[in-house]
Amino acid sequence: MKLQQATRCALFAVFELAREPGRQVAAAEIADAYGLSVNHLAKVLRELSRAKVIKSVRGAGGGYTLAANPKRLTLYDIISRFEDIHPEETDETGGGATEGARALQRVLSEIDAITQSTLKSISVATFLKLGR
Amino acid sequence: MTASPITLRAAAAADMTAVGGIDARITGTAKPQYWAEMFERFGRRDDRFFLLAEADDGVVGYVAGEVRAWEFGSPPCGWVFVIGVDPAARGRKVATQLFQALCEAMESRGVDTIRTMIACDDELNMAFFRAQGMMGGPFIELEMPLSQRGEWERDA
Repeated sequence: MKLQQATRCALFAVFELAREPGRQVAAAEIADAYGLSVNHLAKVLRELSRAKVIKSVRGAGGGYTLAANPKRLTLYDIISRFEDIHPEETDETGGGATEGARALQRVLSEIDAITQSTLKSISVATFLKLGR
Repeated sequence: MTASPITLRAAAAADMTAVGGIDARITGTAKPQYWAEMFERFGRRDDRFFLLAEADDGVVGYVAGEVRAWEFGSPPCGWVFVIGVDPAARGRKVATQLFQALCEAMESRGVDTIRTMIACDDELNMAFFRAQGMMGGPFIELEMPLSQRGEWERDA
């Protein structure tokens, strides 16, 4: 599974904020740690703020903190904001109503189901432990 | 009010009514015969384990598992077959204590891996096992409706 840069930015940002609950972390600090563009990260952080995953504190010493409960927030909750990983019975494979397209759709559906189940079962709290 | 401490012990046949009651509260289905058979299967052998968590107000959780050797070509390995906690006792780390006790019991029998199987849409339990450190392993479950068998054999 290849993730877009925005998705990876979001996951790294949430990881960093969850690592130190309560501490206000500046976008530049996260960008430095992971070698990300500050501008790109800022857009992602705005989207996460809109979704109430994180919250921003303005002013001197301001930054971002995690707003969601890391035991409840899953990787799926984050990734699905930036990637199209929702299962759909659409003709995304191309090929129309052919047997080949139907066969490919069945294989891709199985992969999607496993991906979703994995991402929905890994909370941010568990994600933190995986990095140790 | 402070919740009473949780203690763990091996299950006895007489506990199956309480265990079945917790299961019925979780699943909505009473299965007394199933739990009587589960105790016969897991509660009376040295390489199988049926553990309970108890608080002042009685049984609040259970776990059962066993060591299996060379199934699907796997070296001896511990399996978790069932784990359940009374919904009223959630948030007290009951399942974590049961799981850790089962891991210790498995280790004492010389195995170094513990494994389970879980429905893809059972997010609650999958999240629990992942929070304990479990990850996807080297096996994947495959299945098909038997009614489909003839169609595929024709083309084989």
